[in-house]
Amino acid sequence: MGYQISRETANQIFAQLKEHYDIFAPKVFAGEGCFSDTDVIRYGKINALDEIEWERRSEYSFKEALLAVNETLFYFTEEETTVVSCSEKRLLIFLRSCDLHALKRLDAIYLENGPEDFYYRRLREKASFVLMGCSTTCENGFCVSMGTNRCDSYALYLKISEESVWADCKSQDLLPYFEKAQTCEVQPEYVTENAEKVTLPKNLSVDSFSNPIWEEYGSRCIGCGRCNFVCPTCTCFTMQDILYRDNENVGERRRVWASCQVDGYDEIAGGIEFRKTQGERLRFKVMHKIYDFEKRFGYPMCVGCGRCDSVCPEYISYTSLINRLAKEEA
Amino acid sequence: MKNEYIPFPSQVKEIIRHTDIEYTFRMSFSGDVKPGQFFEVSIPKFGEAPISVSGIGEDTVDLTIRKVGRVTNQIFEHYEGNSLLMRGPYGNGFDIAQFQGKEVVVIAGGTGLSPVKGIVDHFSKHPEDAVRTTLIAGFKSPQDVLFKEDFKDWEKTLNVIKTVDTAPEGYDGLTGMVTKYIPDLPLSDIPNTVFITVGPPVMIQFTIQEILKRKVPEENIWISHERKMCCGLGKCGHCKMDSTYICLDGPVFNYAKGKNLID
Repeated sequence: MGYQISRETANQIFAQLKEHYDIFAPKVFAGEGCFSDTDVIRYGKINALDEIEWERRSEYSFKEALLAVNETLFYFTEEETTVVSCSEKRLLIFLRSCDLHALKRLDAIYLENGPEDFYYRRLREKASFVLMGCSTTCENGFCVSMGTNRCDSYALYLKISEESVWADCKSQDLLPYFEKAQTCEVQPEYVTENAEKVTLPKNLSVDSFSNPIWEEYGSRCIGCGRCNFVCPTCTCFTMQDILYRDNENVGERRRVWASCQVDGYDEIAGGIEFRKTQGERLRFKVMHKIYDFEKRFGYPMCVGCGRCDSVCPEYISYTSLINRLAKEEA
Repeated sequence: MKNEYIPFPSQVKEIIRHTDIEYTFRMSFSGDVKPGQFFEVSIPKFGEAPISVSGIGEDTVDLTIRKVGRVTNQIFEHYEGNSLLMRGPYGNGFDIAQFQGKEVVVIAGGTGLSPVKGIVDHFSKHPEDAVRTTLIAGFKSPQDVLFKEDFKDWEKTLNVIKTVDTAPEGYDGLTGMVTKYIPDLPLSDIPNTVFITVGPPVMIQFTIQEILKRKVPEENIWISHERKMCCGLGKCGHCKMDSTYICLDGPVFNYAKGKNLID
């Protein structure tokens, strides 16, 4: 059901929602960017609608609302393990269409690939998603090519102007908040064209692994892993145990985001590494995004958000790599 | 809902010392487990490592651990009278029934013997289950030989070729790589022969080359892949090769599929 409400009413609804929901949205962290005097847009808990960054794409995706960069799984004491407790509140996560499509990929890994993940499941089932429309294409995004520019599996869609807020509510849980609002037709905004256009290679196979393109692009890669950390579909983690300095008999086991581009990702005991060059690591990542995930789950992993291209300090273009691969592996 | 990440404590029942850096820890465990499967073994505060099952008893599993990493170093320091934390078993493991009635050749390098030891044990106890069983086991030097006591039993019932890469002068055993012994293996019925090979990646590569030279069909070769695994549950991503998760779909593969898995 569609509604139009004033900004003031929207703020009141937001205040009511806050009592039952932890609300995560992209916001500006002033002065916290990679370089001095720069800001970063990433996800954080918000207390007011005004904190949300509506115009620019977040540099990091929504995934940290469900999968923390550093997630404590349980605490150790000398004899026992204690599972980290979880807030009673439900979750409301603001995101764009590409990221809502990425959620399906996170679900595939954490809920369908092997047994369900306890920690992901308990957050996921409490989470509802608020779609933020896109009126113009973002830098490097190619959602239209990937078919992720539109999405209707949201609980709530919101569009905001200085005076008014338009909402489309699909969730029975959220409908009561709009009881007194004036109804109207609301359709989510979405982009129909991006500056970047990508054609996925159709004939990739094991033979594509030996294409020299990997070493060519990989030779510029410095293995920083930023592309993985901003990607809404990258899900890898490494286990990490820590012990407390005050009492070395007590500690915790965490999982921490991992990058397949960084040294040590595939290193086993005895120092054996299977992918030593950045070219091999780049190939591993790209083939996962556009080839082998699809072989396993039936659709490509990449959603075309364009964040990896925007964040690369070496200006390696994933989109141009794929387009060239499409020609060479045609 | 079950939290798969929570380990259970398991008592160290017995320790068998093979070399200065390789011990077998006999751990209390009751439940279904197959050779080639693995457990995530941990010392709280130092981390987890995937360790293959190297033997299966009534209420125990053997874990042969090599002291080569941060976690395994700690396991060696903390073993006495203690328990370790484990979760698992994970992975598909070897299906011994598939090898019954065949000529079985097991080729293992170093600690690669652990995941196939359950198979060797089975055919040693039940030699009638196979046409003939051959074990080719390679180690770096005589000091690195594992399962010395078990070899004495195996030599009674199986065709055992125990070789070392290099040996001091006067060593009276066999020397050379495992690949040296493949061309002359007496194989009476190649279509009915299965090869099972586990070891370091380079060893596997050359071993398979030699096996294929004997005109053995790819479908008759079985391998087990060792990869980094942080979860064992198909989540952490480290073990993925192509569209295959070694922890879920492996670590044991038929070579006809396994050959297409590229890191």
